[in-house]
Parts: sequence; C-alpha cells; structure tokens
Amino acid sequence: MSENPLLHRDLLDSGPPEGMTRGGKRLDHAEGTSTPLRPKVREPQPRGARIRGNRPVDQSEAANRFIAAPEHEKMHDERLWDLRQKRDREMHGIPEWEELRDLASAIKEHTLTHLDAYLEQFETNARANGVQVHWARDAGEHNRIVLAILESHGAKRLIKSKSMLTEECDFRPFMAEHGIEIIETDLGERIQQLDDEAPSHVVVPAVHKLRADVAQVFAEKLGSDPDTEDVHYLAETQREATRPLITSADAGMTGCNFAVAETGAVVVCTNEGNADLSANTPPLHIVSAGIEKVIPRLDHLAVFVRLLSRSALGSPMTQYTSHFRGPRAGGEMHVVLVDNGRSERLGMEKFWPSLKCIRCGACMNTCPVFRRSGGLSYGATYAGPIGIILDPTFNAHKYSKLPFSSTLNGSCSNVCPVKINIHEQIADWRKVMSETHELPLMKKAMMKAAGALLASPALYRAALPLADSALRHLPRFIIYNRLNAWGRGREVPHAPKQTFHQWYKENRGREK
Amino acid sequence: MRVGLFIPCYVDAFHLEVGIATLELLERFGLDVEYPYDQTCCGQPMTNTGCHAESAATEALFVRNFAPYEYIVTPSGSCAHQVRFNLDAIEQTEEVKQVRAKTFELVEFLHDVIKADAFPWAEFPHKVALHNNCQTLRGLRVASMSERREEAFSKPINLLSKVKGIEFVHLARPDECCGFGGTFSVFEEGVSAKMGHDKVLDQHQSGAEYVTSSDSSCMMHQQGCAERLGMPQKYIHIAQILNGARS
Amino acid sequence: MSSRDEVMASIRAHRPKLVRPEPSVPLFDGATPANLLEAFGQQLARMGGELLKPDPVDPLAPVRDKLLGAKVVCSNAPEVPGNKALVPGMKPADLADVDYGVVRASFGVAETGSVCLTDANLGVNTLGYLPQRLIVLLDPAEIVINIHHAYRRPEWRQARYAVFHTGPSATADIEGVLIHGAQGVRSLSVLPLARQ
Repeated sequence: MSENPLLHRDLLDSGPPEGMTRGGKRLDHAEGTSTPLRPKVREPQPRGARIRGNRPVDQSEAANRFIAAPEHEKMHDERLWDLRQKRDREMHGIPEWEELRDLASAIKEHTLTHLDAYLEQFETNARANGVQVHWARDAGEHNRIVLAILESHGAKRLIKSKSMLTEECDFRPFMAEHGIEIIETDLGERIQQLDDEAPSHVVVPAVHKLRADVAQVFAEKLGSDPDTEDVHYLAETQREATRPLITSADAGMTGCNFAVAETGAVVVCTNEGNADLSANTPPLHIVSAGIEKVIPRLDHLAVFVRLLSRSALGSPMTQYTSHFRGPRAGGEMHVVLVDNGRSERLGMEKFWPSLKCIRCGACMNTCPVFRRSGGLSYGATYAGPIGIILDPTFNAHKYSKLPFSSTLNGSCSNVCPVKINIHEQIADWRKVMSETHELPLMKKAMMKAAGALLASPALYRAALPLADSALRHLPRFIIYNRLNAWGRGREVPHAPKQTFHQWYKENRGREK
Repeated sequence: MRVGLFIPCYVDAFHLEVGIATLELLERFGLDVEYPYDQTCCGQPMTNTGCHAESAATEALFVRNFAPYEYIVTPSGSCAHQVRFNLDAIEQTEEVKQVRAKTFELVEFLHDVIKADAFPWAEFPHKVALHNNCQTLRGLRVASMSERREEAFSKPINLLSKVKGIEFVHLARPDECCGFGGTFSVFEEGVSAKMGHDKVLDQHQSGAEYVTSSDSSCMMHQQGCAERLGMPQKYIHIAQILNGARS
Repeated sequence: MSSRDEVMASIRAHRPKLVRPEPSVPLFDGATPANLLEAFGQQLARMGGELLKPDPVDPLAPVRDKLLGAKVVCSNAPEVPGNKALVPGMKPADLADVDYGVVRASFGVAETGSVCLTDANLGVNTLGYLPQRLIVLLDPAEIVINIHHAYRRPEWRQARYAVFHTGPSATADIEGVLIHGAQGVRSLSVLPLARQ
C-alpha cells in the first residue's frame, strides 16, 4: 500500500504477511512454529445501541462505547473519511457537478409533487412488459405479498441483494418464521446476516467491523480458519460458500434504486453483480421498491447514475448498473411498490424533501458524529444524518433523542446529491420534539430557566459574576467530576477577572 | 455610521479580551460604536435545542436593544447566523426584519461593509491555523466549502493576510466540525470531546503555534481539549490579531 | 378499497401543493475527448478492467491468448468459438462451470469505461456473472461520449434486461480492501473489434 498521508500510520502495511500461501493458510512446516506466537489481543467489536422496548434510544451511550474501542473507531473514521475525499476528487473532475445536483433535486421534487401520476405511468408500462405489479400499504403487507408469491411457486430458498426497504420491513425475521431461507448475497450484508446484526451503513453494511471480527464470524458460521484475517481469503471463503446457494435458489429478490416511469424498468446498482445473480439465476425475480423511487424518464436516470456512485464511493460508476424491464422467457418478474409511511411523509411541510433521498450514504461518510459513533449506535434502520430525519417519522418517541446527535455543522447537506437540507431538518425535528414534549424533563427545565434568565438583563447580570467567581475558587476535584460533563474530556475555560460588561462600565463609563 | 456592539454571553463571561479587541478595532476605523447596556444573548442556547418558545423573550430583548443602530456587529459568526437566519420565535415586524438584516459578524463587516484593506498597526509573526465555525462557514458563507465545487475564497484569510508576518498552516481536515455544537458539548459529551481531541491533534500536526477563529465558542472547546491533551498551540480570536495583538 | 387505491388516495391527499416543473437535462457533451477509445480504456483500467491491445494482423490473437488453458469456454460472439454451447432451454445455473464467457457489447461509454450488455448480447443472462472471467468484444465506433448519450440509445426500450458492466465484480466491504471477483466475474477484458 502506498503512503497515504490521510491514513493513520497504524493503518499502513507494516510489512510482508507471515509467509502466507495463496489460500491464506499459515505455513508451519520446517522451522515454522506449530501455532502462532503473537498474542491474540483482539479488541472486541463494540455493539450497537441498547434497545429497551419503546424507550428513547440513547445514541450517546452507544457512541461512547464505540469511541472506547479505539482500533474500531480509528478504522471506521479513516475509512469513511477516505470515501468522502474520493467523492471530492470525483466532484472536482466534473465541471457541471453543482448543476447536476440542482437537476437531481429538481427532478425529484417534480416527481414527488406528481407522484401519483408517475407511479401510474410506471405501473402501466411495467405491466405492458409482462411485469406483475403489487401494492403494499405497509411493511407487514409487503412481507405477506412476497410470502404469497414465494409460496405459490413452492419457493423455499431466496437469494437477495441489498435493500434498505427490506430492512425497514423486518423482512428476514418474518420469512424465517414462515420457513423461507433467505441468503444475503452482498458481502457486507452477508457478514451482518451471519452475525445476526443489522447493517450499519446503507452502502457498506459491515464498515464498522475489523477483519478480525469478520474472521471470527466466518469461522463460526462458515467453518473458515479463525486465525486467518487476510481479506482476500475471507472474501473468497464467502464467494465459495454462497455460490452453490445461488445456483440452487428458487427465487431472487432485489431492491430498486430507480424505477423509470416512461419504460417501466427497474434499475439496481451494485458493485458485486449480486443483484444480477439474484435476478437472473432463479426463475422468479421479486423487486422491493419504495414508492419514492420512481423517476419520470431515461434522460433523468442519466443524472442520477452520474451522481450516485461518485457521491457514495468516489467511483464514477458502480461496477454493475442493471436495468430490468421485463421477465426473461420462461421466468416471472414481480415489483412490490411499498408505501410504509412515505405518502404521509409527503404531507409534512418541513420534512417531505427527505423523500428525495437516493440512499447514497454520502451524508454518513462526511458526518463527523457518524464516523466516530458507528451506524449501529442509532438503533434504527437508517443511521447518520438521513437517519435522524427519517427515523422519527417511524417512531417519534423511540427516536426523540436522535436529532441531538448532531452539531448542525451542515456538511451533510453540502454532499447530498439531491440537495436535501438535512441539517435544517435536524434543527426542525428538535423543535418538534420540544413542542411535543419529547425532550427529557431536565433539558426542558434548563431551557426554560435559561430563557427566563437571558430575557432579563437584571437577573442575567446578577448571575454572571457568581458563575465565574465559582470557577476561580473551587478546587479541581469539584469542577472535574462525573457530574460535570464539560470537564470529562476537556479543561474548563479560564475565568477572567471581570466580564466585558463590568470592564465597559469601568472604562468607558457611558450608559447605553 | 452608528454601530451597535453585540457581545455574546460567553464572550461577556469568559473572553473579555475579545470584546475589548472588537471595540477597539471598530473604533480604529473611525466608527461610532455603542454597547447597549441591557443586552444579554441572541437566543441560540434555546433555539439550538429546539426550544423556540423559550427563546422569544430573549429575542425580543435583542431587537429592543439594537433597533436604533445602522449596523450591529458581533465577534461571533454563530450568533450572527442565529440572528440573521433563526430569530423567528417573535413576530416578524418591520423592525425585527431590519435588525436581523443588519446584524454582521466582525470579519464579514470589515470585509464587505468597511472593505478594510490594511491593518498597519497589526503584526503577528507566527504560524497560524484558521478555524472556521460551521455556522460561520456554511451558514454565513465567509469562505468556500470543501464539499462544494466552487471557486476558492476566504474572507478571514483575505483580512488576516494583510497582517505583517503571519504565516498560514494547513490542516489535514480543514473544515471538519470541531465538535463544540453548543449544547452538544455537554449533552453529547463523549463524541464532542473525541471530535475536539482529533481537531486539536490535526492543528498540532499542522505545525500551528496559534489557532485563530471568529468564534471563541469553538475555541473554548478546542482550548479545553488541547490543554487536557498537553498540546502546545494557543488560541486567539481574529479580532485580537487584527487589532494588533502580538501574542 | 384496494391497497393500490389507498396508497394513491394517500398520495393525492398529501402531495405538496407547490409548483415544481420538470427540468430539461442537457447532454453535457461540450468537452469531447479526442480519442474515445483511449478515454474509454483509461476509465476501464481505473475500474479494474483491462483493454486488450488489438493485433493489426490477427485481431483475435489477444483473446486466443487469454483462452489458452481455459477448460470451459462459452461464447455468444460468433467471432470467438467456445467449447460449451448456449442451447435453448438451458438453465441459467448451467453456466456455473464456465471459465471464460465471451460476448459482444452493444456499445461502450467513454466517460466511465462501461460496456452495455443486453439479453441479446448475453444469450443466457448469467453468462455475464457465473463464469470466472468475462471477455467482451467492443466496436470502437460504438463508444458514446457519456452517460447522457448512453441513455438516448434504443437498447433501454427494446431489451428486457440490459446492464452496464464497469470493470469486474468488486467489493471493499471489509476494511476498504478492494477485492475483485466478489460474487461475479474475477476479471473483465475488453477487445476493441469492429462488428462484422
């Protein structure tokens, strides 16, 4: 690996691997040791947010545990920052970049304000191509429709490519209950499936895991060597284990990045080609598509295809951009259009633009909080900036604290290819939480008190000298303790001799 | 030109020298600067937390204090941003709208209104890293943003480069948020401190002797982190450098 | 009321009543590379693919070199003979034992180094995925400048399945380490060869 000044020195290669063979097996003949002598100091993988029923998810607590696992946090932060840098390099190479963003936003806003017409057009054209189109009001109905399709074909094994919508619908547990075996074919999703853990990022689902974590999962579930962490070995293990499952599957399921109304085609973007395998190997192809995925024409598709992979991964195009317009001869193709709260969100004055989202993950890559917390700390299907503005629409109480896991710095809105004003919507959600009594009592009380104090010059002037003189005279152990959050990671500000107000009065004398 | 000086609550309490430097600097340009005695705060602590109703009285007080002035200048980009973009818990009368529109952060004001092109009294022979507060950068647009494909510009650099002896150093992550985030620094302390630690490490590795910013709120957080980690760099407000501070 | 009716009714009830006209999308083809094949080749290499150097005397030589030693070759390109035929009624999974698949592309895209393959090009769609490696013949005269031009072509309205391949199958899901042959083909080689 060449010197990359942006990577922490610990991430750079320290030298040639320990006499590995092609297959990654450790050599132990001749003078090689029988067992590895390096002490196995493995940093345990920090797990996600603690979910306790419907209680508000505490993202902070999970973030702190992630930060307390420095190897994981460092790798996660560097990896995603690198994706952000790669995105920037692509951007600089496209003179029309900001114009493309304007177009993408305008296309989505136009479509969403005419959503019923475009869905109708899509359905008409898809049906004319021989595609069977279904409608699901919610997650439960989506799952039941898919189950019915599978059962009518006697399908028992379903291979699928990545789809955040299916995560939203809790699809895998539902299918497990009904005796259908689901195999995720995306490497990151498969790792997470085998580890019984949710994906942590919409594009790179296992980005929070070190190779040692993956080696442990594969050793337990696929029977590979637990001590071999070579990434090529791990990827090859998964390829060989999954291939026979693909060729023997009864049905395949994909998500949908874009549904083109004028041709009735569904577009899916992957880097592995696993959507193509899932759709083309078995005789039955099912597409799960959120209703907001429809776009009017092929000319518009060009804009999104040019923006998606550049924003997500800093690569001009995904390795595979697949267009499914109709079933193969002898095959069947179904599209399940899913609402699950989207039409209601369309009616939210401040939040409907969140429906423009094309699930690129650029906001997660740039978010300084996400990079240091890991996606699992949000305890929801969607994490990071986009998660903060989407999740409360699914459960306002459970996700009432998420809008505060942000510094409102605005970087997310700048990288969003469809120009969602993410950071402004985060601020708007804080207002909603405050007004609907979702703020913790202590915080609300503090804000009320602050509001009263700051509105009264007399009260305020009286309070200030107390505050800074206390700082000047209290011993260190009183200032720096568990109750004083500021002092955990920082020194407190030095208290000056007087306030500006006092200085002005003394030295400039003028009253107003 | 009657200028109303707005000194943010935390500058009033912790950064006396920033207030003095701002006042003196504006006076060097021959401006008639007044400091309304009854001012307190712009309302940001409350609105930042979504508590807009609780901010209304403070916002009204702000408008009452500053209505008489032609310009309102403050050594805080985040406060200027709050006033121009978010002061809407109160009824938007003509007076309110005008007060909002004429509130400027110090660098903006010197650059765009006064069009200051020299600081002959100033000299700062040190290696300096510039920190742009996120609301100042992405809200007030005082400089170009790394996420956007736009022509590079920076109002703070334009002003600071007129100071004799100053040398700029560059960070690996120039406009990544430092993690202060207002109430975030206390309520989401773990991530805030980690972001601050990473930021001050970047500043140290860039070779900065000083870090400067038009927002001492961010710097309060960074300085706290730097001191805890034993980093040597010092923190100074842009007002102080432009006003002639030598260290 | 059916689910469809309910969803449509909900959309109509909640649709923002804002004026948002359909924008017109330019072709963004102001700056055309001087040599489209060269630009295509550079992008293809960036994405992990390989542009084979055509031999002026024996145009198919580079492909034959690649196929030396391959046990099972399945070709849907008449110019290149294989030893496993694509027969009607074949199951998609039957191509799992193929070492090299060979197809001709409908066209290429200079901007991204992509080739477009349709169901007609593939014969059996899994020919693009189950073989270990893929060789694609591409007519240099059929390289368009960019994605905007690509989507103006007729394939999108005619084929039931059409796909852009941009290099081989890849993933960097584990610590960002790039792997080729994640699930699909381990390598993609493109031979510039005019259509007969």
